[in-house]
Amino acid sequence: MLTKRIIPCLDIKDGRTVKGVNFVDLRDAGDPVVLAAAYAEQGADELVFLDISATQEERKTFAHLVKEIARHINIPFTVGGGIGSVEDVAPLLEAGADKVSINSSAVKNPNLINELSKAFGSQCIVLAVDARKVDNAWIVHTHGGKNPTKKKLFSWAKEGQDRGAGEILFTSMNHDGTKNGFAIDPLEKLHELLTIPIIASGGAGTMGHFADVFTFGKADAALAASVFHFGEIKIPDLKSFLNNHQIPVRL
Amino acid sequence: MQTVLLKYNAGNIQSVSYALERLAVDFEVTDNVEKIQSADRVIFPGVGEASTTMNYLKEKKLDQVIKNLKQPVLGICLGMQLMCRSSEENNTTCLGIFDETVKQFIPTKENKVPHMGWNQLTLTNSWPDRSAENSSVYFVHSYYVPVNGFTTAICNYTLPFSAAMKKDNFYAVQFHPEKSAKAGEKILKSFLDL
Repeated sequence: MLTKRIIPCLDIKDGRTVKGVNFVDLRDAGDPVVLAAAYAEQGADELVFLDISATQEERKTFAHLVKEIARHINIPFTVGGGIGSVEDVAPLLEAGADKVSINSSAVKNPNLINELSKAFGSQCIVLAVDARKVDNAWIVHTHGGKNPTKKKLFSWAKEGQDRGAGEILFTSMNHDGTKNGFAIDPLEKLHELLTIPIIASGGAGTMGHFADVFTFGKADAALAASVFHFGEIKIPDLKSFLNNHQIPVRL
Repeated sequence: MQTVLLKYNAGNIQSVSYALERLAVDFEVTDNVEKIQSADRVIFPGVGEASTTMNYLKEKKLDQVIKNLKQPVLGICLGMQLMCRSSEENNTTCLGIFDETVKQFIPTKENKVPHMGWNQLTLTNSWPDRSAENSSVYFVHSYYVPVNGFTTAICNYTLPFSAAMKKDNFYAVQFHPEKSAKAGEKILKSFLDL
């Protein structure tokens, strides 16, 4: 049976992990390769690296880092942040990344999804969608959730699938950082609407939240950052908890 | 005593070569026919679209080279599919090592396509190492080879399909051992120890 995926997400700036990472027993948790290896060892199913660099110089560091990650990590990983063209993607995949995620650039130029999936295959194109519920509508936001757009979550996710995205990574900005649980209702609706896998993001606080997002939100994968980085939830514990709740996971 | 990783326009060459590096294997990435023919083992990777890839192999005359190899050959993912007779992916005629047709998954509400993620292996009697039973390995594919007389491991997704096959010196896996953590490393290692 296909198992549900647990995906830690690492934010990278100038080749280092950011946000205070407090990972027990690591000599350098600021080194993304060391941290990623530790997660792979613990049973993470995939990893996501988001480049939050501001400058061109820092971006070059990231491309180099992708190669180091690929060299040392034996599980699949996605890289994202600042990708705007076919030319941006080729070196990342050549360096050994399995997938790339696109966000703001796809909102600005939806055709980018078609171009990328045609050039590299749908399976390696993840469309990341950040949305916030305003009144009764889920409004897509860009630039790390700063800028509201005219797009709505459900129609945009469907359009992304039709244009060739291989997965949707949905972050609920209403839930992100709250640790009150994932956005179950829109996830369940996305599941009904789409035929490609959905990665849920935003709101993980307890192991029960992960059980809920798989059972009720019907997500294919769940992504989280701080609960893993701060050791509040340990991946082996989470996996056995989910297994005890009859949710298929890789043990 | 060398392993050759076949160099062509496959998407996962880098990942496979890193996996071989991690296993500290002596290998070379090449499309040089003599080197391929004289290697002890050949790995035929693959990520991409069937017809484009077959055309590329034909152009380089690698299609004839691959099917006539006598040493152990391991096809990975698209590499495995191209070892079959034909593929429904753009009606492609493939190498014909395994007399099977590669079919497209039909998505259902509960089973999305591509089949992406970790799934388990059920071994048939012809798989040599029983410790791989129930191993979780990483899959990414939209096409599959039905279970047949050459199947050495079965995986279940919408239906049982061939996760691995073997015929004479030709070995093939639909999953990505290079991305399948320790379970994948073990499987890769057992091929390299042949």
